[in-house]
Amino acid sequence: MSPALSPAALPTPENLALTELFVPAAALFVVLAIMLFYRAVAGPTTQDRLLAVNVLGTNTVVILALLSVGLDEPWFLDVALVYALLNFLMAIAISKFTVERGGVL
Amino acid sequence: MIDQLQFWAVLLCLAFGLFFTFVSTVGVLRLPDVYSRAHTASQTDTLGAGLSLAAVALALGWESTTIYTVLLLFFVFLTNPTAAHAIARSAAESGITPLTAEDELESETPDDGTSAPGDTAVNAGEEGGDHA
Repeated sequence: MSPALSPAALPTPENLALTELFVPAAALFVVLAIMLFYRAVAGPTTQDRLLAVNVLGTNTVVILALLSVGLDEPWFLDVALVYALLNFLMAIAISKFTVERGGVL
Repeated sequence: MIDQLQFWAVLLCLAFGLFFTFVSTVGVLRLPDVYSRAHTASQTDTLGAGLSLAAVALALGWESTTIYTVLLLFFVFLTNPTAAHAIARSAAESGITPLTAEDELESETPDDGTSAPGDTAVNAGEEGGDHA
């Protein structure tokens, strides 16, 4: 697959400029994720922390997808897909466990 | 020409995705309530993540990995508001009262005469019961 990918991706200079755009964008997303850690640590309630961790997980999925283009590693997208699934499952499970009867959905 | 179009579309999607994720981060950090934070997490963060993943899909072009990205986009669009709704509902069922305009007015104006005597009476009654 990679010998089929590289001749299509390498020769045009436009494509190189495109992929070089993605690593700084991922760095900015990392800065936003570090800012979100404040709410995850200092949130007054459990649901605040859970919400911050959920938004942080979505940010992580986006960072993985951006890095899969920026670093030309297509298997990062599989990791991002699994991470999105686990993130959704974690949010639902913890918000069910914090309620007594568990009827959140 | 189509390369130019792809470049500017990717740049626009990436810039707007970054902007909306920044708005979502500021909202989660600075809004005063769990419910308002759930609001900004469900709407703005979904839009930012969707636009960034659309930029990734546009940059990949017609590849087999684009299918993964579009699938991820639809999955994020489905699950992110659902998770925020579940978190807000668990906050409501565990007894967190939403912040309303009356609370803001009471905290701004110094008259604590409406809520404070009830609280002190309840506390005094509980303490009296403990001491007795």
